[in-house]
Amino acid sequence: MNNDLENLYRQVIMDHYKNPRNKGLKGYPHIHLKNPSCGDDITIEADISEGIVKEVRHEGKGCSICCSSASVLTEVVKGKSVEEAKEMVEAYFKMMRGEGSSDELEEALVYEGVSKFPARIKCATISWKAFERLLNGEKDE
Amino acid sequence: MCLDNIREQFEIYKNNPDLVYLDTCATSLKPKCVLDKMEEYYTKYGVNIHRGVYNLSYKASSEYDEAREKVANFINSNFNEVIFKRNASEALNYVALTYGEQNLKEGDVVLTTELEHHSSVLPWMKLCERKKAILRYVKLNDEGRITVEEFKKALDNKVKVVAITLVSNVMGYVTPIKEIIKLSHEAGAIVSVDAAQAVAHFKIDVKDLDCDFLSFSAHKMMGPTGVGVLFGKDKHLKKMMPLEYGGDMNDEVDKTSVTIKEIPYCFEAGTPAIAEVLGLGEAIDFINSIGFDKIEAHCKALHEYALKLLEDVKGITIYNKTSECSIISFNVDGVHPHDASTLFDENNVCLRAGHHCAQLITKWLKVNGTLRASFYIYNTKEDVEKFVKVVKENVKFFSQFN
Repeated sequence: MNNDLENLYRQVIMDHYKNPRNKGLKGYPHIHLKNPSCGDDITIEADISEGIVKEVRHEGKGCSICCSSASVLTEVVKGKSVEEAKEMVEAYFKMMRGEGSSDELEEALVYEGVSKFPARIKCATISWKAFERLLNGEKDE
Repeated sequence: MCLDNIREQFEIYKNNPDLVYLDTCATSLKPKCVLDKMEEYYTKYGVNIHRGVYNLSYKASSEYDEAREKVANFINSNFNEVIFKRNASEALNYVALTYGEQNLKEGDVVLTTELEHHSSVLPWMKLCERKKAILRYVKLNDEGRITVEEFKKALDNKVKVVAITLVSNVMGYVTPIKEIIKLSHEAGAIVSVDAAQAVAHFKIDVKDLDCDFLSFSAHKMMGPTGVGVLFGKDKHLKKMMPLEYGGDMNDEVDKTSVTIKEIPYCFEAGTPAIAEVLGLGEAIDFINSIGFDKIEAHCKALHEYALKLLEDVKGITIYNKTSECSIISFNVDGVHPHDASTLFDENNVCLRAGHHCAQLITKWLKVNGTLRASFYIYNTKEDVEKFVKVVKENVKFFSQFN
């Protein structure tokens, strides 16, 4: 089996897929995003107050890359300031473009391998895009 | 024409020597003659049609009319019953927005099925909403097939339109269409047939079927993208008002009135996809030069070979083992189709993953989506073997995470 694939499907990714953390919504402001062409369907909600990301949760369905990245997101951004979280989002998107990774991404670094699979970048970024909008003060009604 | 060397006609293989293309249901590959024909138009007589009174325009117009004649012969219709549209989706929409819009009334029923491609059902769903008409579904049998028996149960004299596929793009089942059309006419309904998947696999004879409308795309039958065909019975077309007004479709124009050209020209406003229409004509010649008997024998042999090799593979589910057309819809158990498709992609095996623009049947199957492999004339036994090898790798790779 080739290395790119081993890098894409890391054990930690499949673990988050099969045992998602922070799954289920509590009613904080949320953003719902879909990729109708493949069926990925993710809602991210966040409790952001006093400039701190206090809690992030997710709900939805999709492939392992999509669902696990939502789960990992909720863990790595928890407790960060809004500014720090925005920097992480930028760093994550940069990593997806294959422009290098940064340690600040913590566990989300396991998605570095996705940049080799252009067709899968959408899967790995859908939850981060929803979270970015929450950071910018947007929310679905 | 011998199928053994058929790949030489498809230059995409020269640029992608390891390509295993199993996504013909989404779009077919195009032979060189089709591309050459389009280039011939642009380089030799690339001017507008039905307008200029100079020789080059006459040449372009005759080529265009000749392509329409080829389509008419291909489906056994009359010349004036062939309308060029952008694709099957536009053609199917056109039926709903013209015939449907002008004839459907509140309380009328449009009968359709869960096997439909979105393009076959959604135009009617939206029209029914506007008209306060009712969209009714024929119950599928245990295998997911449309049967005459269930069709009869859903049919009554409230049904005015039947919107139905000839071949399912997910299951590959062939609808018992002739019997369904006969029953529909007896009940006073017209039938719009989605032939997008069928057209590359067997001879369609609209007179024999007696269908009222029939739609298909060129790109699924080795023709170019950007052109599709709407067949409509002369008697319906003559009563229909065009959806679009503009260039070429009008006859006499005054400040407050316009008369329109005869059918089919009144339904083709503006400059059409001329090169693509000529390419479609060439694709028809290409299919005819091989013959549907040979095409189907080849596809069937590959399909049976694949099913035989997959028989002993544990950890996969095939949803349409009895499919008449060379389509295999399946899943690797416990693996999302998009995850599985990445492994195929890594091995240069192109197949479709997801709901295939047919969410109703995906939901009927109670799955997130499926993987779909479809075989056509340019596929080989080696393609099938490579495909099955990657199916096995998929099962093995994802089993490590269980």
